[in-house]
Amino acid sequence: MKLSLRVNGRDVTGDVEGRTLLVDFLRNDLRLTGTHVGCDTSQCGACTVHVDGKLVKSCTMFAVEADGAEVATIEGAAAPDGTLSVIQQAFQDHHGLQCGYCTPGMVMTAASLLRENPKPTEHEVRQYLEGNICRCTGYHNIVKAIMAASGQEMPAMAAE
Amino acid sequence: MPKDSGIGASTKRREDIRFLTGTGKYTDDINIFGQTYVHFLRADVAHAVLNGVDTTQAAAMPGVLRVFTGADFEAVGSIPCGWQITDKHGQPMQEPRHPVLAHGKIRHVGEPVAAVVAETREQARDAAEAIVLDYDELPAVMDMKKAIAEGAPKVHEELTGNLCYDWGFVEENKAATDAAFEAAAHVTTLELVNNRLVANPMEPRVAVGEYDRADDMHTLHTTSQNPHVIRLLMGAFVLGIPEHKLRVVAPDVGGGFGTKIFHYQEEAFCTFAAKALNRPVKWTSTRSEAFMSDAHGRDHVSKIQLALDADNNFTALRTETYANMGAYLSTFAPSVPTWLHGTLMAGNYKTPLVYVNVKAVFTNTVPVDAYRGAGRPEATYQLERVVDMAARELGVDPIALRRQNYITEFPYATPVAVEYDTGDYHATMDKLIEIADIAGFAARRADSEKAGKLRGLGINSYIEACGIAPSNLVGQLGARAGLYDAATVRVNATGSISVMVGAHSHGQGHETAFPQVISEMIGIPEDQIHIVHGDTSKIPFGMGTYGSRSLAVCGSAMVRAAEKVINKAKKIAAHLLEASEGDIELKDGSFSVAGTDKSVAWGDVTLAAYVPHNYPLTDIEPGLEETAFYDPANFTYPAGAYACEIELDPETGHVKIERFSAADDFGNIINPMIVSGQVHGGIAQGIGQALLENCAYDADGQLISASYMDYAMPRADDLPFYSVDHSCQTPCTHNPLGVKGCGEAGAIGSPPSVVNAVIDAIQSGGMNVAHIDMPLTPSRVWAAMHGARTNAGAAQPAAGSSDTAHARSIGGAA
Repeated sequence: MKLSLRVNGRDVTGDVEGRTLLVDFLRNDLRLTGTHVGCDTSQCGACTVHVDGKLVKSCTMFAVEADGAEVATIEGAAAPDGTLSVIQQAFQDHHGLQCGYCTPGMVMTAASLLRENPKPTEHEVRQYLEGNICRCTGYHNIVKAIMAASGQEMPAMAAE
Repeated sequence: MPKDSGIGASTKRREDIRFLTGTGKYTDDINIFGQTYVHFLRADVAHAVLNGVDTTQAAAMPGVLRVFTGADFEAVGSIPCGWQITDKHGQPMQEPRHPVLAHGKIRHVGEPVAAVVAETREQARDAAEAIVLDYDELPAVMDMKKAIAEGAPKVHEELTGNLCYDWGFVEENKAATDAAFEAAAHVTTLELVNNRLVANPMEPRVAVGEYDRADDMHTLHTTSQNPHVIRLLMGAFVLGIPEHKLRVVAPDVGGGFGTKIFHYQEEAFCTFAAKALNRPVKWTSTRSEAFMSDAHGRDHVSKIQLALDADNNFTALRTETYANMGAYLSTFAPSVPTWLHGTLMAGNYKTPLVYVNVKAVFTNTVPVDAYRGAGRPEATYQLERVVDMAARELGVDPIALRRQNYITEFPYATPVAVEYDTGDYHATMDKLIEIADIAGFAARRADSEKAGKLRGLGINSYIEACGIAPSNLVGQLGARAGLYDAATVRVNATGSISVMVGAHSHGQGHETAFPQVISEMIGIPEDQIHIVHGDTSKIPFGMGTYGSRSLAVCGSAMVRAAEKVINKAKKIAAHLLEASEGDIELKDGSFSVAGTDKSVAWGDVTLAAYVPHNYPLTDIEPGLEETAFYDPANFTYPAGAYACEIELDPETGHVKIERFSAADDFGNIINPMIVSGQVHGGIAQGIGQALLENCAYDADGQLISASYMDYAMPRADDLPFYSVDHSCQTPCTHNPLGVKGCGEAGAIGSPPSVVNAVIDAIQSGGMNVAHIDMPLTPSRVWAAMHGARTNAGAAQPAAGSSDTAHARSIGGAA
C-alpha cells in the first residue's frame, strides 16, 4: 500500500504492508531510528511522536493511517543548525536522561504537554508522563527538566 | 564553590546530545546489507518432553531461508555458567547443560525451541506459526521446597535432583552461632520473600550476527554490558571461535541493570546462523519475549533470626534462604545468593557471629541472575527488616538500636569473611535525620491523621560491596573469570587523548565522567579527551560494567595508564627543557622545571613524541600510549542510611510515598550530578520492588506477568522527588581515586525503609501487623490490616503464593 506524508517538514512516500506499524515505517523505511520500540502493548511511550499535532504512540497506529498526515519525530526537534530546543536543553541541563532510550518519547511528550499547558504543576507533569516509562532516572530529573523548560525553576531539593 | 571541570564538577553529559536528537546508535539501529531476520519459537509450556519439531511446512513458507532446531546445535557447547559454588560438604554445585535451542525437553515458558531465519521479520514470524511441536507435558516444578522434597519431578534428568547446592557460610561459625541463640535474651524471627523481579531496561535485547567468509571473521553486535565477556564465553565455550576471529560490539545500550551482563542463547544463535547461512542474522526481542527470556532477579524465600543480649546488643544472626535458579544456570547466577549475599549479612553491625545457609533450587522458570544490587538487596532487606522488627518487639527506637550496634572502627573484619576498609555509619545517619526532617515527622503524622490517613516513617541502614575483587580471591570462591579491568590511554600527536576502556556505559555517563579524571590529572580541557568503549576490536580488554565497578576498577586502570603516560611525558619534557626528570612538574597542561620559569606545553611534548626530531631516542621509544590492567585489592564498601515516609489510606490500603531521603557515603565523587541521578534511579527501582513490581507464575509455570499490562513498572506519578545527599565521604583506601561506586545503592537501600514505613503506619493505627511481603499492593496491605483486626492468628495467603512463598506473611498474628 502506498502512502505519502510529511515527516519533520519533508514530503516522503512509502510502500508498506497493511500491517506495517507507523513506528516500523519511520525506523525501517525512513531510517529515522530516534523513535524507539520499548514494548508491544502501547505502554512504554518510547515510540511517541506527533501526528497532526497530536501525541501518538507510533506502535499503536498503522503506517497507512498516517497517509496525508504531518508527522513530527525527535529528529525534527532541534533547530536545523543543531541548536537544541528549550526542552532538549533542559533535559541535558537537569540530567533528565541516562541510557537515552526513553528520551525521544519523553521529549515529544513534554513538548505536547507544554503546548497544552505552558505552566504545569509538578503533579500535572507526573500525570502527563503516565504513558512514558523510564527505568533509569526515577523520573526526578525528567520532571525537573520539564518544569524548568516551562520557565518554572524548581525550589532547590534538600541537600541535593 | 563547586568546580566547573575535572574531579568534583557536575559536567553536563556530552552523550546527551545524540540521545536527545535521536542520533544515538543502539543495536536495533544497526542494519547490515543482506541482513536476514530470525524469529524464535518459544515454549508455551513450562515442562515437557519434546518428542519432535516438525519444520516441514514452515521451511516451505515464503522468504524462509532455514529453520533451526535443537538438533542443529548438538555439536555446539552449552551456554556456560561463570561461577561454580562449592556446597557445605565440599562438593561442586550441580551444573546442567544449557542448550542454545531446547532439545529433548522443554524446561521453562519462553525457552527457544526452534528458530526461523527469513528475508523479513514478518516472514520469519509467520513461518514460526507453522512449526508443529510434538511434546508430552510434565508436571511443572515451581515451589522451591517441594522441588527439593523426595520424589519431586526433576527439571534435569541427569542431575540427582533439583538442588543446585546447599551452601553454609561460614560453616565453622554454625555451632557457635547456634549456641549464641541458646544464650540470647531476645530472639527476633522473620520469614520473608524477596519478590521475583524483571530488570526491564527500556531497550529490549538485540543481536546481529555477521560473518565474513573472506577472513573467517565473526562479528556480533549485541546489547551487552560487557562485550569482552561475551566474546570469551561464547567464543571459547559455546561456538569454539578463537578471540582473534570474533569481534563483539555493544554500541549504545539502553540500560542494563544486570540483565545484559549474561551470555544468552540468542547471541550464540545469531553468530552461528550468520556463518551457516553466510548472511547477517538479526534478532530484536519484543517486550513480551524479554519478560520470558531476560534473566530475572531476586526470588529468595528467607528465614532470618537475630539474637540480642539483655542490653540489646546483637549477639548472633542466622539465616536460611531458598534461592530460585530457574531452569538453567545463567552466567553469574550461583554467585548471587552466596558470595554477593552471604558476605553482606553482617551489614553495618558488629554482630560477632553470623551463619548463612542458602539452598539454590532448579525450577521450571526463566533463569534468575543478577539484577541491580544482586544479592546485596536481598541481604539488606532481611537484615534491616529484622532489626526493625526487633526494635518494635523490644519497644526501643529503631535508630537508637541501629546506632548502638554500628561498627565504628575501621578496618573491620566481619564474621562473614570480608573486611570493610572505611565507613562512618553515624555520619550518614546524622545526615539522614537532617535531610529527612525526622524531627518534623510527628507533626506531619498528626496532619495525616486529621485527614483520616495513617502515616509511617521507615528508616534503614545499608552496606554494599562493589568492584568485586581481587581476582585470586574470587577464583578461590569459584569465579571462572578474573575481575580486573583495563584501559589504554592513547595520546594523539597534537595532544588530544583517546581512552579505550573495558567498562561499558549504558546510562552511567562514562563518556563524560571518565574524561573529568584525565582532565584533572593532566590539566587539559575535558573536551580534548574521548572515551572509546563497547567494541572488542578497539579496546584492549575489559570485564565490563556491573556491580558498580566501572569507576572503582576500570577508572583505576585508566588512572594507572594515565600515570604511565605522564611519567613518559615527563621524560620527554625533561629532554626538551634540558632539565632533570625529577624536577619536572605537570600542572594545567604544562610541564615546568621546579623553581624556574621554564616550561613546555602538553601539546609540544605530545608532538615531540610523534615527531621525535629532538627526542631522547636512545632512552625511550617514540609515541605516547600506555595500557594498564588494574586488579583491586579488596571490594569497596559504600554505605548509608535511607528514610521513607508514606501515607496510607486505610480505606483502600493504598500507599503513597510522601518523602524519600538517602544519605550515602560513596567515598570521593567525580561528577555529583551523575551520582545523584544513579541514586534516583536505584531508589525508583527499590520503591518499585517494594510497592509495585512482581514477576508472578501460576502453579503450572505460566508466566502471568509478561507485559507492562501485568507487571507494574513505576511511573512518574507513583514517585516523589527524592532528597539525596552524598556529602559524607570516607574515601576508599585501596584504589587511586578513593571511589566506592554508586550504581546499586539506591536499589539496595530503599526497599526495607518502604516496608518499615508501611508497618509503622499500620501499627500507628493500632493494628498488630508485623510484616507484609513485597510488593505492598493496596490489596495486600488492606488484607493485612483487616486480617489483623478481624482474623488475628489466621494467616491469609498472598495472592498466587506457593508454599515456599508461604502462607504466612499477610495479616496473621504479629
